[in-house]
Amino acid sequence: MKAHRKKKLITILTALVLLSSAVGLLLFAIGDYADAFYEPTKVVNGEAPLNKTVRVGGLVVDGSVNRSSDSLYVEFDITDNQESITITFDKSLPDLFREGQGIMAEGKLIDNKTLKATKVLAKHDEQYMPPEIADTLKKSHQDGVNKMKDQQSKEKGDY
Amino acid sequence: MIPELGHFFLILALINAIVLGSLPFYGAHTQHSGLMRLASKASIGQFVLLLASYICLTLAFVQDDFSVAYVANHSNTLLPLRYKITAVWGSHEGSLLLWILILSGWMAAVAIFSKALTAVMRARVLATLGFLSIGFVSFALFTSNPFERVLPFIPIDGADLNPLLQDFGMIVHPPMLYMGFVGFAVVFAFAIAGLLQGDLDQKWAKWARPWTTVAWIFLTIGIALGSWWAYYELGWGGWWFWDPVENASFMPWIAGTALLHSLAATEKRGAYKSWTVLLAILTFSLSLLGTFLVRSGVLTSVHAFATDPERGLFILTFLGFAVGGALTLYAWQFDKLKSNNNYTLFSKEIAIVLNNILLFSSLLVVFLGTLYPLLADYLWEKKVSIGPPFFDPYFSFFFALILFLIPFGQQMNWKQDKLKPLLLKQFILLAVAVILTLALIALFADKILLWPVVAISLALWLILSCINYLVNQSSNAQSLFAGLKKISRSYWGMIVAHIGVAITVIGVIITSFYSIEKDIRIEPQQIVKVENLSIKFEKFDNFTFENYISSQATLKVSKNGRHLTTLKPEKRRYRVSGQLMTEAAIEPGFFGDLYISLAQPLDKGAWAIKVYYKPFVRWIWLGALIMALGGLLAVSDKRYRARRFKKVSPKKESIINES
Repeated sequence: MKAHRKKKLITILTALVLLSSAVGLLLFAIGDYADAFYEPTKVVNGEAPLNKTVRVGGLVVDGSVNRSSDSLYVEFDITDNQESITITFDKSLPDLFREGQGIMAEGKLIDNKTLKATKVLAKHDEQYMPPEIADTLKKSHQDGVNKMKDQQSKEKGDY
Repeated sequence: MIPELGHFFLILALINAIVLGSLPFYGAHTQHSGLMRLASKASIGQFVLLLASYICLTLAFVQDDFSVAYVANHSNTLLPLRYKITAVWGSHEGSLLLWILILSGWMAAVAIFSKALTAVMRARVLATLGFLSIGFVSFALFTSNPFERVLPFIPIDGADLNPLLQDFGMIVHPPMLYMGFVGFAVVFAFAIAGLLQGDLDQKWAKWARPWTTVAWIFLTIGIALGSWWAYYELGWGGWWFWDPVENASFMPWIAGTALLHSLAATEKRGAYKSWTVLLAILTFSLSLLGTFLVRSGVLTSVHAFATDPERGLFILTFLGFAVGGALTLYAWQFDKLKSNNNYTLFSKEIAIVLNNILLFSSLLVVFLGTLYPLLADYLWEKKVSIGPPFFDPYFSFFFALILFLIPFGQQMNWKQDKLKPLLLKQFILLAVAVILTLALIALFADKILLWPVVAISLALWLILSCINYLVNQSSNAQSLFAGLKKISRSYWGMIVAHIGVAITVIGVIITSFYSIEKDIRIEPQQIVKVENLSIKFEKFDNFTFENYISSQATLKVSKNGRHLTTLKPEKRRYRVSGQLMTEAAIEPGFFGDLYISLAQPLDKGAWAIKVYYKPFVRWIWLGALIMALGGLLAVSDKRYRARRFKKVSPKKESIINES
C-alpha cells in the first residue's frame, strides 16, 4: 500500500470510529429522554412507570369533562375503548379539544388511573390523527371484536 | 380542459427531464458539443414547461374548478382570491409541484448565469439536476397528481383550505423554504460534476460557493418565517418546538452552514476538497431526507399532512438511489481529490475544521433525536417521542462551543497565525463582555441565572470582537470610513452574518429564560393582575367576515395604573370546515412582545386566556434576517461577477483572495 493511501485509510478509519462512538454515546443518552407512549389499558395494567414523563393517548369520554368554576383546572377521562384513565390539567386546553376527539396528554402518572398532564395535544386538523392514537384505537377495536366473538361463542355455549 | 393541459405539460416535463438527465452526460463523456449544449436549452425548457403546468393548477384554483380533486379538497368559493392562489401549495400534491417548479427555476438560473463554466462542467451540472427532476416529476405524476379529476360526481363546493394556512406567513414561508431546500441541489450537482471530472480545482469551489450561499440565504429566511408564523398563528406563543418537520428543515441548514465554511477553505486555500464534496452531497441528502420525513408521515408531527405509504416508499427509493449513487461515485473518485495540507495548528484552516466538527455534532444531535422514535418503533416496537428536554441541552452545548470559537476563528489568518496576541486580545474583550452582561442583567432583569449570563456574554463578546476587527482592519487607513470601505464584501458578509448569530442567540436565550407565561380565568368587566400588568375584560363581540365568524374580546392592558394598550384576541370559526382558530393579539416591541390569546370559554361569560410577555423574541428573527443579509453581502462580492473579474489583473486578484 502506498504511503499516501495508508494515510488516507487511517484518516477514514479514525473518522468512522469517532463518528460511530459519537452516535453510540448520543443514542445511549437519548434513551433517558424518550417519553414513551402508553395506551390507557397498559396504564391501568400498571405497565407504565410512575413519576416519569409519559404520553397517553385516546378518545375523550363523552360527559367526563369536569371544569372547576373559579380556575382553569379541568379533569376528563380518555379511553382506548377498553379501559379509561383520568387526566388532570390546570392550563388552557387546545382549540380542537372536544368530547369524543382523540387527544394526547403528556405528564406524570400519579397512580395507575390518573395522569397529571403538563401538556394536552389535540388533533391538528379534522383529518389528522397521531399514528399512536390511530394504532391504539385500531388495536382495541380488533380486541373488542375478538372479545365480542368470544362472548358470543360463550353465550352460545351457555344455551 | 385547463387541468388536462397542466397534466400534459407535466408529462412533457418528464420527457424533457429524461432527455436532460441522460444525453448531456453522454455528450460530456464523448466530448460531443451539440449534446452538451442541449443541456442549457433543456433546462430552460424544463422551467417553462413546469411553469405552464403550475399556472394551469393555479387557474383551476382561481376558477373554482371543483372537478379537480385537489382543488375540491383545498379550496372553496368563499375563499379570498389571494388564498386561492396560495392554496396551490397548501397541501401535498401542489406543494410538490412547487418543489419541482423551484428545482427547474434553479436549473434555468444555472443555465443562464454559469457562462464562465467549462462546457463539460456545465453539461454535467445541468444533467445531474435534470436527473433529479426525473425522479420528482415522476413522483408527482405517478403518486401525487394534482390534476386528478373527480368525475362524474363533481362537488358543488370545495372543502376549504385549512384555516391555519389562510395567513400571510403561509403565503411566503413555503416558497422561501423550498428555494433553500431545493437550492442545495445545485451544489450537489456541482459535487457530482466535479467527481465525474475527477479533478476539483479552486475554481470549482468558487463556482459552487455563491450558489450554496444563495440557497442558504433562502433557507435561513424560510426557517425564520416559519418560526415567526408558528409564534403568532398557532396561539401557543412558542417559536420553535423541535417538531420533526422543523428539524427536517433545520438539518440541511446546519449542514449547509458547515458547507459554507468548508467551501471557504476549499476556495481560498484548496484545503479539505474531499470533505467539502462529501458535505455537499450530505447537505442535499438531508434536504431529500427532510422531504421524505414530511411527505411520508412516518413521524408524528404538528404538521398535518395526509399520509400515504406508497409516497414514502417512492421518495425513500429515490433517496437511496441518489445518495447511494453519489456516495459510490465519491468512493470511486475519492483518491483523485488532492487537498492542500499546507497549514499549521493555529490557522483559519484548523478553525474551520473545529467549526465543522461542532456543527456536525449539533447536526448529529438533531438527526438522532428526530429519527430515534422511528428506530425505537422498528427495533423494539416502542412508541416514544423526543422533545426539548433532549434537544435543548445537547444542542446548546455544541452551539455554545461554536459561539466560543467564532471570535477566534473569524480573525485568524489562513495558513498560520500567532496564538498569543490573539488570545490576549480576545480574552480582554471577553472580560468586557462578561462585565457588560452582568451589569445589564442586574439592571434590567429580576433574577440572575447562569445560562443567560454565559450565553449573553458569549454573544456580546462576539459582537465586540466583530466591531474590534472592523476597527483594526481600518486602522491603517486615513479615516475609519475609508478603512471600512476597503474591506471586501465577502468579509463584510462574514462579520454581518456572525453578528446575526449573536442577535439570534440573545433573543433565544432571553425569551427562553425570562418569558412570563400565565393562563388566567377572566370574567367580563373583571380586572386581573399579571405581574405588574392589569388586564381588564371590556367586552366581547361577534363579527362576520367573508369566510369566517370572529369572536373578539376587547382587553385593556395597563401598567402601574397607566393605559398601555388595547388588545383584541379572536376566536375564528371557519364556516365551511367548521374549524376553530385562535388569533392571538400581540403588542410587538423591540425589547419584548405582550401576547394575549383566547384559550376557551368558561361558564358565566368568563374566558380562559393566555397572557405572555416575551422579552427580546423579535431578536430571534431579526438575527436570522441579519444572517441572510450577511449572505447577500458575501455573494455580491466582486470576484463572483464574471465580467468584472476578467478586468482584474492577476496581481490584484491575489490580493482579493487573501483578504
